[in-house]
Amino acid sequence: MDLKEKLVSSFMAFEDTVDVHSPIHDIRTEAIKTFETQGFPTKKQEAWKYTSLNAVLKHDYSVFPKLDNDIEFKDVKKYFIHDIDAYKIIFIDGKYASHLSQTTHDGIDVCLMSSALAKPKYRLIIENYFNKIAPNESLSALNTAFSAEGAYIHIPKNKLVEKPIQIIHFSTGNEAALMLQPRNLVVVDENSHVQIIERHQSLTDNPVLTNSVTEIFANKRAIVDYYKIQNDRQSATLIDNTYVNQKQESLAKVHTFSFGGKLIRNNLNFYQNGERIDSTMKGITIIGDKQHVDHNTLVHHIEPNCESHQDYKGIFGDRATGVFNGKVVVEKEAQKTNAFQANNNILVSDKASINTKPQLEIFADDVKCSHGCTIGQLDESAMFYLRSRGIPEKEARALLMFAFSNNVLDSVKIPEIKNRITKIIANKLGVNIGFEL
Amino acid sequence: MSKYTEDDLREELKTKEYEYGFYTDIESETFPVGLNEDIVKAISKKKEEPDWMTEWRLEAFKVWKEMTEPDWANVQYQKPDFQAISYYSAPNSKPKYDSIDEVDPELLATFEKLGISLDEQKKLAGVAMDVVVDSVSVATTFKKTLAEKGIIFMSISEAIKEHPELVKKYIGTVVPQKDNFYAALNSAVFSDGSFCYIPKGVRCPMELSTYFRINQAGTGQFERTLVIADEGSYVSYLEGCTAPSRDENQLHAAVVELIALEDAEIKYSTVQNWYPGNAEGKGGVFNFVTKRGICEKNAKISWTQVETGSAVTWKYPSCILKGDNSVGEFYSIAVTNNYQQADTGTKMVHLGKNTKSTIISKGISAGKSQNSYRGLVQINSRAENARNFSQCDSLLMGNECGAHTFPYIEAKNKTAQIEHEATTSKIGEDQIFYCNQRGIDTEKAIALIVNGFSKDVLNKLPMEFAVEAQKLLEISLEGSVG
Repeated sequence: MDLKEKLVSSFMAFEDTVDVHSPIHDIRTEAIKTFETQGFPTKKQEAWKYTSLNAVLKHDYSVFPKLDNDIEFKDVKKYFIHDIDAYKIIFIDGKYASHLSQTTHDGIDVCLMSSALAKPKYRLIIENYFNKIAPNESLSALNTAFSAEGAYIHIPKNKLVEKPIQIIHFSTGNEAALMLQPRNLVVVDENSHVQIIERHQSLTDNPVLTNSVTEIFANKRAIVDYYKIQNDRQSATLIDNTYVNQKQESLAKVHTFSFGGKLIRNNLNFYQNGERIDSTMKGITIIGDKQHVDHNTLVHHIEPNCESHQDYKGIFGDRATGVFNGKVVVEKEAQKTNAFQANNNILVSDKASINTKPQLEIFADDVKCSHGCTIGQLDESAMFYLRSRGIPEKEARALLMFAFSNNVLDSVKIPEIKNRITKIIANKLGVNIGFEL
Repeated sequence: MSKYTEDDLREELKTKEYEYGFYTDIESETFPVGLNEDIVKAISKKKEEPDWMTEWRLEAFKVWKEMTEPDWANVQYQKPDFQAISYYSAPNSKPKYDSIDEVDPELLATFEKLGISLDEQKKLAGVAMDVVVDSVSVATTFKKTLAEKGIIFMSISEAIKEHPELVKKYIGTVVPQKDNFYAALNSAVFSDGSFCYIPKGVRCPMELSTYFRINQAGTGQFERTLVIADEGSYVSYLEGCTAPSRDENQLHAAVVELIALEDAEIKYSTVQNWYPGNAEGKGGVFNFVTKRGICEKNAKISWTQVETGSAVTWKYPSCILKGDNSVGEFYSIAVTNNYQQADTGTKMVHLGKNTKSTIISKGISAGKSQNSYRGLVQINSRAENARNFSQCDSLLMGNECGAHTFPYIEAKNKTAQIEHEATTSKIGEDQIFYCNQRGIDTEKAIALIVNGFSKDVLNKLPMEFAVEAQKLLEISLEGSVG
C-alpha cells in the first residue's frame, strides 16, 4: 500500500481520536478530500521541478506512533539553546512531553494546539485564525487533515515577550519509520513582540518524515522573529510549510539555517495585507553528502509602501543539490514596493549541483524590485592572502565561507543563536575555530 | 507647448494605430483549409521536392498529431484551430525574376510603404534581400556578388532542389521534428524560408536580409530558416517583419536553425513588428517561434532581437554551446503595448569547456500588456570554467501592465561562474526632473531615458538595421524615442 492510500485510510482511525463534532473537523474532512484528489506533488509540477519525493515516500511510515518513550533532559540537552532562559514546547514522536517543556498562560498563551482546539476559551482565536492562510495545496491539506497537535502561541496586545520560545520536535526512532505532522499557530496581536526558535531532531537513524505547517499572524505593528534550525540526521526528511500573514506596519523575520537532514523542503510564504510592512527572510545552507535542500519562497505584495528582503546563501559539497525558487509578486495596488532578493551560491564539489529560479511577477509600475543570483567560487586571491599569513588551507577556506554567509547572521537578534550557528558551521566545515578572529 | 507627461504618452500609446496595416491584393493560389497527410504531400509536391523531403515532412506530421499544444507559457489566448488554416499560399506570378524591374509593381509599392524600397536598399545599404511575400520568395538580389564568394543564399525550396546534400545533412539537427508542438507543425508544412551557407574561411561581405510579410487572409506562415557557417566563416543575418492589419488571428510558427562550425561566427538579428492587434486586443499575430543555434569549437552565435509586434509572442532564441571555448549571446528588447503578451527569453546550454554566454534582456510594458522573460542557463557537469552573465531589466509604463521574470539557472559544475540580475522600475520622476532642470522638456527626457534603457541592445544591431529598429520603437512607443 503506498503512503497516500495509507494516509487516506488512516484518516478514519484518526477520527476516533478527535472530536468529530467540532467545526475544525469539517475543515479536516475537506482537507483530506483535497489531499486525496491532489496526492503528493511530483516533479511534473512546476514548484517541484527540482525536488523529488519518490525516495522519501517509499518507506512504510507509521502514522500513529506508540505512546511510551523515556527521554531525559540530559540526553537531549545539547539540542536546546540551553544557555538562555526560554519557554519550551517539546514534543517526542509527536506527543507533548510535559517534563521537558515550560509553557505559560500568564498574560500570554504558550501552550498546545490540542488544548487550544479543545477548550472553549481559545475558540475565538481558533475560529479567526486556524487554517486561514494555509492554502488548499496537497501537503498543507494533508497536515490540516491530521492536525491535532503542535504549538499554540497567542500574544495579546502590547506585550513584549521577555524570553524566546523554543519549539522542538524529537523523534526517538522507536518506530521503524515515522511520519509526523505538527501543526503550529502563532498569533501576535498589536504592538507585541515575540521570538521563536524551531527545531526538528531525530535521535536515531530510523527514517522520519515531517510535514509541518506553521501559520503566523503578525497583526498591526507586531514584531515576529522566527528562527528555524535544521541540523537533523541524514535519515530525516522535513517538509516545512510556513505561512505568514502580516498586517500594517508589522515586521516579520524568518531565518532558516539548513545544515542537516536528507531532504529539506522549505515552503515559506509571506502575505502582506497592509501598508508599510517589512518582511525579511534569510537563510544559510551548508550541505554535503547526498543532501538536498530546497527553499521555495513567496512574497505577495498586496498593498502599497511595503518592503521585502530575501538573502539566501548556499554552500554545496559532495553530491548535494540545492534549489532556490524565490517568487515575488507585486499586485497592481502595491505601488512604492521595495522588493529585494539575493541568492548566492558556492559549489565546492564536481558532483554538487544547484538550481535556482528567482522569479518576479510585477503588476505595479512605481516599484523598485531587484533580484540577483550568483554561482561562483571562493576568491583565489583572498585564499592566497590568508595562506600567505600562515593560515592552513582548510581553515582559510572555512574562514572565507563563513565570511560569505556572515551577513545573514548579522540580523540574528539572539546572540546565543548566533554562537550556536557559528559552532555548527565550524563543525560542518570540519574546522576548530570560533570565527572571532 | 503643453507639458508632455507620462500620462500623455500612455494615452498616445493607447490610441496609436498600427501604421503599417494595409493589404496588398495579389492573386494568390491558396490551398483548402485544414491539415492532413494529403495536404502535407500536396505542399511537398507543389514545391517539387524530392521524396526524402516528403518523407521527412510526413514523419514530422505523424509526431505532431500525437502532440498537444503547450500551455506553460505566461500568455493567454484563444488557441488557434489548426484545421481552419490554409497551409499554403503563394503569389500567383510564379516565375523568378533576375532583376527587380520584373517584380510585380504592386508588391514593390507595398515595400515602399514600409519604407524598405528594394531599390533604395540595393543602392544604399548593400543588402541582399531574399524577399518573402506569403511564403514564396519572389526576388533575390546581389546573388551574383555572393556567388563569387561561394556563398549560397536562396530560398529553402530552391536549396532543397539545388543543394540537397547540405539541406539533408543539417535540417532538423538543431531543432528536431519532434522538438516541440510548433516545430513539428512547421516541419510538416513549412512553405518556404531562407537557406544560407557560408563556405570555409569566408567572411560574408554584406548583411544578408529577409523580409517576411504575412499577406493572405487566413494563411499561417511557416518559415524555415537554415543558416550554416562553415569553419572559420562569418555571417550577419537580418530578419525583419511587418504584417498588414487583420482582424482574425494569424498564426506564425517559424523555425530557425543556426549551425556554427569550428571558429565560425553567426550574428542573427531580428526586428519583429507583426500586427499586434488593435487597442481592444482584437486581432493580431500569434508568433510561436523556435530558434536555436549550435556552436562547435571556438564558434560564436549572437542573437539580437527587437520585438515590438504580435498579439502573442512565444520565442526563445537559444544557443547550444557544444564546442569548447564557444560563445553565445542574446540581446533583446521586447516592447508590449495594449493587450500584447510576450513570453520571450533564451536558453544557454553549456556543454563544452570554457564556454561563455551573455544575456541582456530589456522589457518595456505599457497599456494592459504582459511582458515575461523566461530563460534557462544550464551548466552541465563537463562544462569546466563556464561563464554566464545575465541581466534582465523591465520598464513599466502605467499600472495596468505586468512584467515577469522566470530565470532558471542550473549548475552542475563547481567551476561555473554565473551572475544573474534583474530589476524592475518605472521612469523615475527624479530622472525627468534632472533633465527638465537642464532644459530638456519631458517628451525629450522620456525619449532619452527609454533610449538609454535600450541602448545596450540597440548598439548590438547592425547599422543598417539600427535605423529600422529605432523606427519600430518609435511606432510602439511614439514620442518616447528620439
